[in-house]
Amino acid sequence: MDQTTSTTGQPAADETADAPRSGDALGAPLVELKHVNKHFGALHVLQDIDLTVRKGEVLVVIGPSGSGKSTLCRAINRLETIDDGTITVDGKELPEEGKALAKLRAEVGMVFQSFNLFAHKTVLDNVTLGPRKVRGMSKKDAEELARTLLDRVGVGNQAEKMPAQLSGGQQQRVAIARALAMRPKVMLFDEPTSALDPEMVNEVLDAMVALAQEGMTMIVVTHEMGFARKAADRVVFMADGQIVEEAHPEEFFTAPKSERARDFLSKILTH
Amino acid sequence: MNDHLSGLGALLLQYDVLGAFWTNIQLTFWGALFALALGTLLALMRISPIVSLRWAGATYVSVFRNTPLTIIMTFMVMGVWTALQIQLADDFQNNFFRLAVVGLAVYHAAFVCEAIRSGVNTVPLGQAEAARAIGLSFLPAARLIILPQAFRGAIAPLGNTLIALLKNSTVAAAASVSWETSSTMKTMIEFNPNYLWEIFAVFAIGYVILVIPIGLLTTSLSRRLAVKR
Repeated sequence: MDQTTSTTGQPAADETADAPRSGDALGAPLVELKHVNKHFGALHVLQDIDLTVRKGEVLVVIGPSGSGKSTLCRAINRLETIDDGTITVDGKELPEEGKALAKLRAEVGMVFQSFNLFAHKTVLDNVTLGPRKVRGMSKKDAEELARTLLDRVGVGNQAEKMPAQLSGGQQQRVAIARALAMRPKVMLFDEPTSALDPEMVNEVLDAMVALAQEGMTMIVVTHEMGFARKAADRVVFMADGQIVEEAHPEEFFTAPKSERARDFLSKILTH
Repeated sequence: MNDHLSGLGALLLQYDVLGAFWTNIQLTFWGALFALALGTLLALMRISPIVSLRWAGATYVSVFRNTPLTIIMTFMVMGVWTALQIQLADDFQNNFFRLAVVGLAVYHAAFVCEAIRSGVNTVPLGQAEAARAIGLSFLPAARLIILPQAFRGAIAPLGNTLIALLKNSTVAAAASVSWETSSTMKTMIEFNPNYLWEIFAVFAIGYVILVIPIGLLTTSLSRRLAVKR
């Protein structure tokens, strides 16, 4: 993979937006991590991470817990700060706290493990809040957009409810709609199905697969191999803060190259 | 016996006890209003990403929460008005009243701040992260997401602060608000020692009647408005 691409970060050209989902036809680099390091106290959670995600690419990050994969995902919109190295999104390096960072975050969608819907606001208000308060969209336009997106993820009929009245799967789909309402350039998913009851996992994964098929750039931290096989262009396997292996999903799951990956896969596949 | 009771009745009319309670209610109302505004500002400072603001907020709380209210009230009159000659109204009574309101507000703002901060602690970290993730910076995130939930989580401690403020409003006596309840009681006992217990009971029961509904109301509000997660 092109980890060594030394592009100075020209914004990706638009003709790649509708590129077919095959590994070779992906667009320009959209998210680039170079020599990223992060410590939690004595723990070196991200060790010299180099990673490039191209426009339209769906990247699945997999690995044992504590491997740094969630931290990696959260670092991309600076919910975690890094100690050194650079992270660029669409050619722009992540700014320090402030207006510029808020602007960048508006262009990076984030879906959390625990949904994090605004608990005091209705489903509709959860989705319209960003477009109205950050993008300055009118109430009417924002609600129209929100209803379209809620319909798309199959929860259009829940718009007037409070988050606590919804099932986990429904909440997570609302969270996806909320992130999409900002028209992000890239979507980050931090273990989006880990907190769900098993029967609700598929409804969320279906929404994510549909999104992938529409050409959204996605970075997905997950253990869902079905999703990785169906939608991912590339799998990155992390362990102990390092990227141990990168491969096409089929190749990774059937013939992992590294001992660590084989060991990990044997543990999650034998049941 | 009858004479004694009618004597007490006359006494209560003579000294405008209701007016005295009304003064304390007004002191409480204005004190609470300004304390809420200042306390919210302090709480914002204490959760802000700017270190110097956090430090200033924490220092304010440490100073005013640990200073006796009587000291603050006396300073309002002897320091702010007499020495610094800062006057808040043209006539004497209004001036003392307003100085007392300021004293009550700056003191209780420290407690309001801590009550709101305890409310902020009831809001999961994920709410702030989600707000930041859609591109809200600190102030909009605080105004739209954190504080609305924090207030609803802070109703009970804010109610306790309001109760304390109502009772503490009697310390306005130290700021020369001589027509409030404790001063009125003092005068009444001084001139009518034979009604000592009755006078005390009137004022004590008066405060119980004012305080109990506040407690009941805030408890029921805190249950009804709790954010369901």
